[in-house]
Amino acid sequence: MSDASRPLSPHLQVYRFTYTMATSIFHRATGLALAAGFLGLVATLIALADGPQAYAVAYELLKGVVGKLALIGLLTAFWYHTFAGLRHLAFDAGYGLDKRAARRSATWLFAATALAALLSAYCLLAGGARP
Amino acid sequence: MVALTLPENSRYKDMPGRVHKAPAGARRVKTFRIYRFDPSSGERPRLDTFEIDLDACGPMVLDALLKIKNEVDSTLTFRRSCREGICGSCAMNIDGKNGLACTTAIGDCKGDVGIFPLPHMPVIKDLIPDLTNFYAQYASVKPWLQTRTPAPPDRERLQSKEDQEKIDGPSACILCACCSTSCPSYWWNSDRYLGPAALLASYRWIVDSRDEATGERLDMLEDPFRLYRCHTIMNCTEACPKDLNPARAIADIKRLMVERRH
Repeated sequence: MSDASRPLSPHLQVYRFTYTMATSIFHRATGLALAAGFLGLVATLIALADGPQAYAVAYELLKGVVGKLALIGLLTAFWYHTFAGLRHLAFDAGYGLDKRAARRSATWLFAATALAALLSAYCLLAGGARP
Repeated sequence: MVALTLPENSRYKDMPGRVHKAPAGARRVKTFRIYRFDPSSGERPRLDTFEIDLDACGPMVLDALLKIKNEVDSTLTFRRSCREGICGSCAMNIDGKNGLACTTAIGDCKGDVGIFPLPHMPVIKDLIPDLTNFYAQYASVKPWLQTRTPAPPDRERLQSKEDQEKIDGPSACILCACCSTSCPSYWWNSDRYLGPAALLASYRWIVDSRDEATGERLDMLEDPFRLYRCHTIMNCTEACPKDLNPARAIADIKRLMVERRH
């Protein structure tokens, strides 16, 4: 095998960041964000079960700018992760695995996420669904 | 293991590189930034800059490398042989993407052209990576016909045109390692994940109608790392200079794994 004194050739430092790596790394990142975000959701539910006083604190937090931004971020991550998951479902079923189709589905993935995120943000801010 | 940064002995960005200016009067100058590592120097790798007059150089990246070696710096070290994309020797990272220097046109690279060895590999010298592990992984999938039944006495083992077409694509692999070394999963787990090239080779024998070791081949791949470290990133298919599709081959192997359980 290799001599330990040999340097390791550059990888992330030089490889061009294209749609293939972008879709993959965002899938990971949104998955992590959702895992963290759902802890926040559980905390809200605990506050709700704990009675009006505890929930008032959670309500104030969610009502504020930071709370709403966090919710919009979480929803964006949710939509991305869902759509990317569907894309991977198609891959695993044998569809969309050539270069052209994969590029097209990556474009759709980002477009669908943007649209769904904007709609979610609109519903949240326009007061359709109050936290 | 995932390590986003390079180990101490592999960092090159802060090392001063040598600069070779274009000859006076050159009108179409292209700048190449080439990774250099000399094992006998005891120094870390560095980036050298070469300015090339495109009016006095062939159209391909390999032409530029040969021009540098012949006329500017004869110590520049790289593998090359056929200069027509069939031997796979001159695989390297060019302008941020893996490919063959002989089939990559200089004109397709925008701006300065960065040239590095295949990514995340031990470097022997300059643009030459150590491919020992890569070849061992290829050997591990037993890339040859395995049979149990005796061959027909009067003819070869024949197959239909349709069956032959299934292996036409994967048989065209030249083992240049562009795909495997473009794969982040392979970067982090090349000790246990076989990588797209070896899996494409395995697929070529799995779908061969004459091969009788399909079950054993799938058994060998039924492993959390050897096969399932593929997360369908698709860098492999994007990188392949022969326009093959290792990602599809791997997805097909995964589906065969599921289908044989029913």
